[in-house]
Amino acid sequence: MPLSKRIIPCLDVDNGRVVKGVQFVDIRDAGDPVEVAKRYNEQGADEITFLDITATHEGRDTTIHMVEKIASQVFIPLTVGGGIRTTADIRAMLNAGADKVGINSAAVKNPDFVREASERFGAQCIVVAIDAKRVSEPGEPDRWEIFTHGGRKPTGIDALEWSEKMVANGAGEILLTSMDRDGTKNGFDLPLVKAMSERVNVPIIASGGVGNLQHLVDGIKVGKADAVLAASIFHFGEYTVQQAKEFMQEQGVDVRI
Amino acid sequence: MNTIAICDYGMGNLHSVASAITQVAPDADVHITADAELIERATRVIFPGVGAVRDCMSEIQRLGFDTIVKRAIASGKPVLGICVGMQLLFSNSEENGGIDCMGIVDGVVKYFGDDLVDAQGEKLKVPHMGWNNVRQSVAHPLWESINDQAQFYFVHSYYCQPKNSDLSSGVSEYGSEFTSAIAKDNLFATQFHPEKSHRDGLQLLANFCRWTGE
Repeated sequence: MPLSKRIIPCLDVDNGRVVKGVQFVDIRDAGDPVEVAKRYNEQGADEITFLDITATHEGRDTTIHMVEKIASQVFIPLTVGGGIRTTADIRAMLNAGADKVGINSAAVKNPDFVREASERFGAQCIVVAIDAKRVSEPGEPDRWEIFTHGGRKPTGIDALEWSEKMVANGAGEILLTSMDRDGTKNGFDLPLVKAMSERVNVPIIASGGVGNLQHLVDGIKVGKADAVLAASIFHFGEYTVQQAKEFMQEQGVDVRI
Repeated sequence: MNTIAICDYGMGNLHSVASAITQVAPDADVHITADAELIERATRVIFPGVGAVRDCMSEIQRLGFDTIVKRAIASGKPVLGICVGMQLLFSNSEENGGIDCMGIVDGVVKYFGDDLVDAQGEKLKVPHMGWNNVRQSVAHPLWESINDQAQFYFVHSYYCQPKNSDLSSGVSEYGSEFTSAIAKDNLFATQFHPEKSHRDGLQLLANFCRWTGE
């Protein structure tokens, strides 16, 4: 039997609350992270991703405390991203109970940081988060660049080349978010997901744009993703993780039920 | 008193293991420790591991864990190895260019390979990361109340190959079949992470907390 495709609910956390914005504005409150994580654990989520979007230093301590609380009650893998800049940050998150950390801007700033982190902690816990935006005009061959700072800052770096470089540096997994689709509910940027999934030999988590259960299926079947990440369809009770898995199974996707 | 020692040789996070044990055995006295005496006194020992084998082995040797673990296994009390903790029990690993391990179980730890494909010829990614089925190749107290072919969470690029295949207690498939759990007297070890495997993982840990080692 093949490895099951993973469904990963994502918690964007700001100052101790789960929030969800539409293209990073218009943030809606979606509850207490510990309660939300426990609910997804009960519903059969395969992993949980926790993205800390808190800007302040004081907020970081709250995050560590929250990760500790989630990890003590949720017995599935937990990835924590947002603001991971040093090996000390990684150590703090792993000690708090994270299984993997997501590195984003810090990798762009210093690609060797990923290598250092991977050598120190093992590739299995280093997830490189890539925020990509389509830069090709209609009619041109597809091209995406990576953006940092919540999709506001262009870098001029080609997303596919970047993914290859990050894997060479020791990324064990890639969390790929389409900044064009994030929060739109229009589905994943499937050509992007597929291009990256075929380009690198580590698992790809597709993210950004899930608005219904068919989108999850498409991410796996068309985009060839190994895992699919979604937030708002689960946060606001539209679907449970269990419902998502049942639907995917009906569509021929191998999931853990 | 059920005293459970979780071996701490400075590699990775052991709190997940400790929380999971506390969840399934709330009355147990759980210690994350490097104290040889405490481990010797414990009724049960867990030997986890994450990270690179070379770094693990150097810390194990520096802290004398090879002797501690060998002694625990020789004492007859239940010992559970997890993930890299399982791999470290073997003779040697291909990781980091070839590393001698503890040699408690005869066999080698091998790389999945960069050209791994499934039965349909589809490319398989490495690390093997996610939920995979485990076929229970022998009946064992640690499999109690867990369905055959239940799924557990894996994350690894190397797998164990015991010289004596009778030691395999669980078998999974990734490219080809590999040993995902071993059982040898009072020793049980899993390549997957029971502490991250939701209900079935917690069930395995609950079984371990009750197991007499026989």
